[in-house]
Amino acid sequence: MSFDATHQKEQFKSVGTRPLRPDGVDKVTGRARYGADFNMPGQLVARVLRSPHAHARIVKIDTTRAEAVKGVKAVVTADDLPDLTNGDAALFAILDNCMARTKALYDGHAVAAVAAIDEKAAKQALKLIDVEYEVLPHVVDVDAAMAPDAPVLNDAIFTEGVTPKPDTASNVANRSEFGHGDVEAGFEAADFIVERSYKTGQTHQGYIEPHACVASCNPDGTAELWVCTQGHFVYRQNCADLLGLEVSKLRVTSSEIGGGFGGKTHVWAEPVALALSRKAGRPVKLVMSREEVFRASGPTSATSIDVKIGARKDGRITAATATLRYTSGPYPDMWAELGAMTSFACYDLENVKTVGFEVVVNRPKVAAYRAPSAPMAAFAVESAVDELAHKIGMDAVAFRIKNAAKEGTKSSYGPVYGPIGIGPTLEAAKAHPHMSAPLRENQGRGMACGFWFNFGGQTCTDLNINADGTVTLAVGTVDVGGSRASLSLIAAEELGIEYQDVKAVVADTATLGYNDMTDGSRGTFSSSMATISAARNAVEIMRQRAALMWDIPVEDIYWEDGHAKAAGSKYGNLAPLSVKDIAAESGNTGGPIAGHSELVADGAGVSFATHICDVEVDPETGSTRIVRYTVIQDAGKAVHPSYVEGQYQGGAAQGIGWALNEEYIYGDDGRLQNPGFLDYRIPVCSDLPMIDTQILEIPNPNHPYGVRGVGETSIVPPLAAIANAVSNAAGVRMSHIPMSPPRILAALKDAKG
Amino acid sequence: MTAIAVSTTINGDDVEYLCQPDETLLDVLRNRLGLMGTKEGCGTGDCGACSTIMDGRVVCSCLVLGAEAQGRSIETIEGMAQGAELHPLQRKFIEHAALQCGICTPGFLIAAKALLEEKPDPTEEEIRFWLAGNLCRCTGYDKIVRAVQDAAREMRGEAA
Amino acid sequence: MVQVTLWGGLVPLADNQKTISVEAGTIRELLRKLEDRYPALSGPIKNQVAVVVDGVIYRNDWSQPLAEDAEVFLMRRLAGG
Repeated sequence: MSFDATHQKEQFKSVGTRPLRPDGVDKVTGRARYGADFNMPGQLVARVLRSPHAHARIVKIDTTRAEAVKGVKAVVTADDLPDLTNGDAALFAILDNCMARTKALYDGHAVAAVAAIDEKAAKQALKLIDVEYEVLPHVVDVDAAMAPDAPVLNDAIFTEGVTPKPDTASNVANRSEFGHGDVEAGFEAADFIVERSYKTGQTHQGYIEPHACVASCNPDGTAELWVCTQGHFVYRQNCADLLGLEVSKLRVTSSEIGGGFGGKTHVWAEPVALALSRKAGRPVKLVMSREEVFRASGPTSATSIDVKIGARKDGRITAATATLRYTSGPYPDMWAELGAMTSFACYDLENVKTVGFEVVVNRPKVAAYRAPSAPMAAFAVESAVDELAHKIGMDAVAFRIKNAAKEGTKSSYGPVYGPIGIGPTLEAAKAHPHMSAPLRENQGRGMACGFWFNFGGQTCTDLNINADGTVTLAVGTVDVGGSRASLSLIAAEELGIEYQDVKAVVADTATLGYNDMTDGSRGTFSSSMATISAARNAVEIMRQRAALMWDIPVEDIYWEDGHAKAAGSKYGNLAPLSVKDIAAESGNTGGPIAGHSELVADGAGVSFATHICDVEVDPETGSTRIVRYTVIQDAGKAVHPSYVEGQYQGGAAQGIGWALNEEYIYGDDGRLQNPGFLDYRIPVCSDLPMIDTQILEIPNPNHPYGVRGVGETSIVPPLAAIANAVSNAAGVRMSHIPMSPPRILAALKDAKG
Repeated sequence: MTAIAVSTTINGDDVEYLCQPDETLLDVLRNRLGLMGTKEGCGTGDCGACSTIMDGRVVCSCLVLGAEAQGRSIETIEGMAQGAELHPLQRKFIEHAALQCGICTPGFLIAAKALLEEKPDPTEEEIRFWLAGNLCRCTGYDKIVRAVQDAAREMRGEAA
Repeated sequence: MVQVTLWGGLVPLADNQKTISVEAGTIRELLRKLEDRYPALSGPIKNQVAVVVDGVIYRNDWSQPLAEDAEVFLMRRLAGG
């Protein structure tokens, strides 16, 4: 990679301003096209049959009667999606999740699907698919699933990461461990110790747009997929692998995406739609209902976490441990491991140990949810940290500042930190007027810190200079929250042109090289790197073109403020050439002008945030109201500050919902009881106050403009910040998320004795 | 089932269509009339993404039957701008970055328009409770409320 | 010589070594030599590895140079939202 990604630019003309987003008019007029807003000629309607059982062997599926329904053009089962995964366990899990093969592993697991000329015929056909189930005992709770007598989901799971390797199958897929030092000695040296167990409920990303796609397989082996996704290149690979298609022959176009938050990072029903289309020989539209979204897509892990932290009287932490048990749905994954890595990442600890257990249960396959696994670990750790500060008699912020990780700290997950932003966010919190504002009766204030890794990844961008000097920017990272605006700013900045002269689009898989998906807070971070690189390549070409236009050596031409300029006094009378001037002549100086970039955007850098929250707890009803909320987070450099604020506010709001309301509720029968927005209640407008934000800008040394990812970290602190605030308001320590009114009332009652 | 013939007014235009007795207004708008600016987020009246105005009242079009539109007047997001001129709410939503993914935006705009027609000078609390039937998962509502406040100011003829 | 620390899951695949000394100038060379020495590591190295060099996480850029005294960790590739 010849591109120099080190931080160098301090003065900005476009970056840091707040222009109107390029997709704004489409979105306020209803013209923006999302997953369900696309149709093809001859398109069929798909519907999926889902298991009503939490755990059942599929003895037999008879589709004869369904196939006979008038208007039905195809019925598929797992037989139509043969296993082509070639031993790749992660891919097999995706396949089996798309369509159950031998067992239904959760309530809502797909077992068959129908494509018909209309919804009526499709629904009628679903009712006529005869599935014979042998219902098996199930388990949904994380602790119950770890018990020795729990029903075992998969006979082939023997806990990895323990010696000796167990000789009996269990629901614990893996044990991971991180840390350093001697925790036993550390606890010996402690004057105060807090030890507590915590639980968090399972939440859903809650994107308002259900999964939707239109799939079209042609008899010549080519196929097209229109889909709402966070990563159309990844969906292309998933679908090609699972259906045995050639990657180049499957063209995937990402629609506008109506929210994802990690839930649209791998395929759910898209391979089923393609299989139906292949069988029917017609395009197929598949749109999930909200109930299907809840039952069969998304959710995060439910967790059970034990934390123990010891500290000396002077406020220095001497030892910290955490044991984290995370559900991953029915397939092994690495969510507990992520929790174990992030738990104590905010702190400078001499002795620390975290252990993670991956637990399979009869719940939907867990997907990433914004800084996946970190919020639950932070809830447990930051609650204990707060309790310990109280016990020592120290201010919660001062206690954290005393123990905060800094440059040179050996992180709890291993590596030594470079320059990091936890300290500055804490100092900003300490100085924030919110910290000293008065509180009323039944109100309490809490704060907490959060950490997330962030990452970059494979990225490819095309920048075309059009004949009129305007610029078309084609990126391959899906725009989930305004990145077309921020990337246009970046292109304008680097070329020295106006923001209005740049038009950014998300290209489909046939028109741009491979891009990783928009996850890990990487959209603007990585595509801005590729955009800067592409712009620099275009500038090189424009210098060459200027040299031809002036008939002088290219070495004598430099680029400044959007113009080619001739260096030295001998060219004193040459007026600088603008992008428009050079573009106008491009036809006669060598043809179209473009800059391309294919790169790996590594060096995202870790991210920290501190949140402050005031709540009011009603002692009569146990209900909690958020009175005031402040987010402080390092953005490196905020490219479009409004959308950085939007990420901070949105993450905080999701965290508030998680802390107070949201939770998957299962009946004794293992069926999800609240698969709808009425009973799975996400925060509404009247639940929230304004959410204040403070953007810190500590430049990322690994990005030319100092940019860091900002998307995810904001969901990490809220659970703990709110729990600490509730504790301070109500005088009871809440250890079970969500802190719904019944749980708070029960805790208040217990406290009274 | 036999289709029902419906005559109605949508965004000021006379419209006629056939629909099934159990077909929702939302499905009619999207699937029969091509008015796909109205979104489906839940189909059960909980998310407000399908908000439309029927005879001056905000309704979830997923809870209204297509046949119920007979003789009524329906407003959808497609009718909000006057030709090439955006409604002040539409402009303010863009200016205030009050949308991220944008899937909830048509519903919010419709609901906010009805609010400002009824209450030109709402308090923040009134805005928040009026819009409580519209779910947004991206923004935390902060910028939405500010956009509505700013649009209300402009529509009342006050300086920002 | 670069000292490279493995995550727990890799240790059994590398003769139960937690920390390994390797002569390597880049991440690519490091991974190649680890695979040569411990063939069981090749699966994880192919699919699951991120490499942390002096606190910076690399998931793809195997051309990163390694200083003589670099602190190197092999970490599982992370998922994000």
